[in-house]
Amino acid sequence: MNVELRDPKIIMKLSRLGSFHQSRLSFLRSFLSEFKDWKYNRDLFDLDQEGYGTAIYSFKKNARVYSLICYANKINNDERSDRVIATKWDAAFTLHDGVPLKDDIERLRNEVPKQEVGRLSYKELTLSRANKSIRVFDHVVENLSNGNQPNLELLEKVGYLYRTTAVYGSGKFGLADRFRIKNREEINGPFRLEMMLVYLVRQFTFDQVNHVAQNRNPKLAVKLDPIICRNLGIGNSTGLGMAPFIVNHPTLLNNWILSREIALKKIREIKIVKTKDKDLFKECVKNSLKNLTSWNTESEYQLKKIKLLLKDIKKFIYFLENEFNFQKDYPFNEIYFWLEKETCEECIEYVVSIMMEPFGDIVQPLVGQMSSEEEKYFNIPTERNVGDLKKILENKYSDILKINFKTDENNQKFWFISKNKEEPRLANRFEEDGADLEQPLAIARDIKKLYEKLLSLKDNLKINKFLIENSDLRHVVRRAFIIEKFPYSEIQDNTIGENLVPIDMLRLKLSFFGALKFDPRSDKWLRICMFQGAPLPNELKDYDEQWVYKTYS
Amino acid sequence: MKSFSEIETTVKRASRAAGYSWGIAEEVGKSIRLSELFGFPAIKHLNQYYQNKKKENFEEIKLINEINKSDGSFFCPIILGVNFIDQVKNLEILKKCSVENLAYPLLFLPFLSRASEIIGKKLLISFDDCKFLLNFNVSISSNIWDKEMSMLAKKVEISFLDNEDNFSDQDWKNLYKLAEDTFVEETDSLKEGAAGAGLTDND
Repeated sequence: MNVELRDPKIIMKLSRLGSFHQSRLSFLRSFLSEFKDWKYNRDLFDLDQEGYGTAIYSFKKNARVYSLICYANKINNDERSDRVIATKWDAAFTLHDGVPLKDDIERLRNEVPKQEVGRLSYKELTLSRANKSIRVFDHVVENLSNGNQPNLELLEKVGYLYRTTAVYGSGKFGLADRFRIKNREEINGPFRLEMMLVYLVRQFTFDQVNHVAQNRNPKLAVKLDPIICRNLGIGNSTGLGMAPFIVNHPTLLNNWILSREIALKKIREIKIVKTKDKDLFKECVKNSLKNLTSWNTESEYQLKKIKLLLKDIKKFIYFLENEFNFQKDYPFNEIYFWLEKETCEECIEYVVSIMMEPFGDIVQPLVGQMSSEEEKYFNIPTERNVGDLKKILENKYSDILKINFKTDENNQKFWFISKNKEEPRLANRFEEDGADLEQPLAIARDIKKLYEKLLSLKDNLKINKFLIENSDLRHVVRRAFIIEKFPYSEIQDNTIGENLVPIDMLRLKLSFFGALKFDPRSDKWLRICMFQGAPLPNELKDYDEQWVYKTYS
Repeated sequence: MKSFSEIETTVKRASRAAGYSWGIAEEVGKSIRLSELFGFPAIKHLNQYYQNKKKENFEEIKLINEINKSDGSFFCPIILGVNFIDQVKNLEILKKCSVENLAYPLLFLPFLSRASEIIGKKLLISFDDCKFLLNFNVSISSNIWDKEMSMLAKKVEISFLDNEDNFSDQDWKNLYKLAEDTFVEETDSLKEGAAGAGLTDND
């Protein structure tokens, strides 16, 4: 049986993309899988009694070494902010390519804590900073130093000791450009070094909390139980910075979504599902309830989504247990149709993610296809003609072409870069100044404008002639020829409309990172947790692939 | 040192601010990144060009012909570059073309380099005493790479080079003969047993 790939016009709608969840394809899971047989080491741990100082962690295999250098600094409570405007953090980190020399450590001591205003070199690969969750960190230190383990309820509620507020890579602030390292086999997957940084930071937070507790009360102090450690992740606060990324990297976006869609298609095409695979799928669905019931947020928007998801998942479990027969041919195809008919978008995508769990043999080869050689698709095929371009727009953007951008509500917002922090922002063009400096992220509007322009031209006019007089549309002409080859490269929605929910764009990217427990704090930023439940570095050799669904087990 | 990613992003934004469309600005970002990667002082020239652009008018070439003369002012190297990429498949037929009065010719180079890759042919550009050979966007050879380059070129000539060897037949024969010394002379038994296929294919 041949199952068609799902229609991009449905999947690439923001409400659907904003319903995506982590899966075996997610970058933090593929990172663990790739680095499980690397040698992990804590190379330096030079902290004072209060936990301030320098630490270095590394992953090593053959001649290759990646070293995380951590600088933990004292800051006042009133200086601690998760917003990108902050200038001081509890700790700052960089992932160094190789073993850092003393000179490197000293050079970086002056630069890494400054983050965006510091300068890194081609020897550094990623950069980040993090703040303590003071409430949790102090509670853990207090308890450990008195010989007790911390209150699990509190830990479960927050999920981490530290949260990062940005993770930079790919040439930012002088970091190594991607081309310098792209041929390394171990990083043949998006954001792999960013994931490594976050993972090693997580270990630093455990070591630091143990160290501070030990120094506070050397006679009584105990270490944080490894099971508790495993169930803690790293938090992350994420704002609009992530949103333009998915618009600005169309072929990369395509490769992420296409991998997911191919995985789903292949799973739906399995005629007979083995008992062990069926059992694993059912077990993960049931276990995942724990992730849902411990998903805390104050966001009404998210609470509503979780409530609906929980209701639908329970309904799905009932269906699986009482009404569904896995002995049928193509059982996952049947399940998929049932989900489409009976459940919400959030539930469909949640179960699609879980469907991948038993099928590492399908998923694993796709992980290597999630990067993109973007340069290859940059040039516009200018020998094509207006007729070709018109057809592409009609086929690939048919829903977009129905939007009326002459109404204020469909044209309400504009994306811009803030002068103060050089970060993306979103504002109402009818209330704020700055729309004349709008970023090219209103793709739907500009595609419509392109289409309207093409309607008045002859089909045989070559694109090179068209572009001479229409350079203002060049960016969307390029995109149209990209979507012709990459069907999932474009968000099929209006990114400047009144009803835009920007966190849908953030959630899409974060789900591919492998984030859990999306906690929107407004429509423009959210908190998440990464690596919660993941094996600790000394457990990587032989870990349970389904750790995501086994927190607190 | 600035990363090439920083260079591309900043050039793109600066180009937009200098008055180009976002689509053109993207092209400039890619091209200047490439030029800097090849070791040419493209940022310096771009900076000077954008400063001058505020004060002077530069002519925008639209449809590129065999001979391109300006009306007295200098041509914008960016618009020329973008249009050269767009029109290169038509221009290739001409074998040669020239541009009179080109401002900041160095800024034109990376576009030519990309055009060389698009058509799969080497391009030669010369102006004043400078010569550059654009090799399929893999490298740029030059006779003046470490010298100051002029900001204005009176006449620029671009040649589309045929895909021909850089060496003589005799050079190749000599080298091939040497390479043959790594081959094993086949005996009758090797002829029968060492090849994959049979000796006859009449089945």
